[in-house]
Amino acid sequence: MLKISNLQVAYGGIEAVKGIDLEVPEGKIVTLIGANGAGKSTTLRAIVNLVKSKAGSITYNGEELLGLDTTKVVDKGITLVPEGRHVFPDLTVLENLKIGAYMRKDNLDADIKHIYSLFPRLEERSWQAAGTLSGGEQQMLAVGRAMMSRPKLLMMDEPSLGLAPLVVQGIFDIIETLNKEGMTILLIEQNANMALRVADYAYVLETGKITKAGTGRELLADESIKEAYLGKSQRNK
Amino acid sequence: MNETQNSLGAYLKLHWKTAVFLVVLLIGIGLADIFVDSYMRRLLNLCAIYVIVSLAMNLVNGFTGQFSLGQAGFMAIGAYTVAIFTVPVESRTAIFYLEPMAPFLANIQLPFVVALILGGLASVVVAFFIGSPCLRLRGDYLAIATLGFSEIIRIVFTNTQSITNGALGIKSIPTISSLWWTYGTALLIIIATILLVYSSYGRAFKSIREDEIAAEAMGVGLFKTKMTSFLIGAFFTGIGGGLFAALLGTVDPKQFYFTLTYNFLLIIVLGGMGSISGTIIASFLVTLGQEALRFLDEPMAFGLDLPIFRPGLRMVVFSFLLMIIVLFYRKGLMGTNELTWDFMAQKFQSIKKKLSRKKTSTEGGGK
Ligand SMILES: Nc1ncnc2c1ncn2[C@@H]1O[C@H](COP(=O)(O)OP(=O)(O)O)[C@@H](O)[C@H]1O
Ligand SMILES: [Mg+2]
Repeated sequence: MLKISNLQVAYGGIEAVKGIDLEVPEGKIVTLIGANGAGKSTTLRAIVNLVKSKAGSITYNGEELLGLDTTKVVDKGITLVPEGRHVFPDLTVLENLKIGAYMRKDNLDADIKHIYSLFPRLEERSWQAAGTLSGGEQQMLAVGRAMMSRPKLLMMDEPSLGLAPLVVQGIFDIIETLNKEGMTILLIEQNANMALRVADYAYVLETGKITKAGTGRELLADESIKEAYLGKSQRNK
Repeated sequence: MNETQNSLGAYLKLHWKTAVFLVVLLIGIGLADIFVDSYMRRLLNLCAIYVIVSLAMNLVNGFTGQFSLGQAGFMAIGAYTVAIFTVPVESRTAIFYLEPMAPFLANIQLPFVVALILGGLASVVVAFFIGSPCLRLRGDYLAIATLGFSEIIRIVFTNTQSITNGALGIKSIPTISSLWWTYGTALLIIIATILLVYSSYGRAFKSIREDEIAAEAMGVGLFKTKMTSFLIGAFFTGIGGGLFAALLGTVDPKQFYFTLTYNFLLIIVLGGMGSISGTIIASFLVTLGQEALRFLDEPMAFGLDLPIFRPGLRMVVFSFLLMIIVLFYRKGLMGTNELTWDFMAQKFQSIKKKLSRKKTSTEGGGK
């Protein structure tokens, strides 16, 4: 579905992504794990063209995405849940959801109902300003908002960041539910433990390069991964 | 939520209070138009023009979060367009006595409405050229560019003698005195703004104000959307300027100093950045308030010769009052709320509760 080859991205002189290859097959959950500053977010931003790529290619169902406006990429069915949630704080929960459907011109009622059934807490807070929600609720809203564009590929940037373990579990449950409903998911995490458990396939990114790849189960059993990521995964803030 | 109203009856049932309010408002304007004296008429007209320009400014600054300070400049464009195209051809030689009007303009006279709309469109064209480079960048470039533009346009108008009559200004513009021109236009623009703000375009405006990164990730085209808001704002402001020229009957470059923009900035901050009703309320408060405090500028206030009462004191006191208001209402009078029926009912309830609590506490704990 999504195929990245030799992608390079630089911020001025700093090379953040140094030629990576990555593939996301339709209907799967693929995860990209790595430490802080490895270039995970940069990779996602490059896919939706929020940053310019220096070289390489990103194809989506065979179509080149590189150089396409973000609007066009979203229109093709790829939506990003940005790192740190980025809900619209002064707008209500409902307005946030509606902006998620900005590219669509059809009726939204069924989608809103569906999202409220997945996240009943959002329905209770429909008229509340999004900035007043708790961190977990904001993450739910960010996911719900992204779903409003009916993405075929949903990309999430560290959805567990700064959330209590129980809330994280809830978010990962939702990720699996969405995947069962047919959505393809590219998940970025520092919380490698959780991510590798749900992922069909996983990549490890270290300072802009992919150093390991395999099924979630394989990496979960890998000694060097255990040492580098799993041991301290609980210590991440 | 948005039920589809397929009949006028159902619509009225849902919005009868608003409908009644509109009717009362129209009757009020009609009565005022018949009965008020010329001083009050001018003041009320000015209020409506301030509503128009402030609303346009709030659309760009409050709803879209783009800091534009070009109001005086866009008003000048609208005002001069109306002035140039509506002054009767016969009186033009008398007005342009230093240097005759350029021949390609000298014989063109347009109906007021046409000139008014032309002024709005001229503002749009200029706004496009300012916005094209500035709205692509993040940060305060727009504020600096629009501020610069405001000053430049004034200097340009001072020096294009054969078109704008330079520093002498243009007099004998056919005036409008009926309240219907200004209030009719204001009403149209208010309705247009409400419809816009609650459409998906309006949501896109607000999303940019709130978080550009997230807005872009949702597929909102940042440049296109900011530009749309900026151009609509410029159009309304140009119209406001045209009405301003026709109200005063004369334009000259000195009317369009930056201090004019400062008035609108005051209004939107006071009323609430991102509140339509707040803007309307504040427009009246500021316009009428500045007038009410005019006695402070006169040395002979209260029949005494008080040395502190001199020109300028009015603005000092006025600014002071504003500071107090902003201290207590951090986000302006309305914040991003609207004065809807629900909002008023809520406020009324909370005031009632507060009063009754006070009552019980004084009854209970009265020493
Ligand atoms: N806007 C930016 N400007 C300059 N450097 C950046 C920017 N964003 C990220 N970087 C740098 O790029 C590298 C990768 O960052 P990022 O993709 O955010 O990592 P991750 O998401 O894996 O934590 C880091 O060294 C970071 O400092
Ligand atoms: Mg990151």
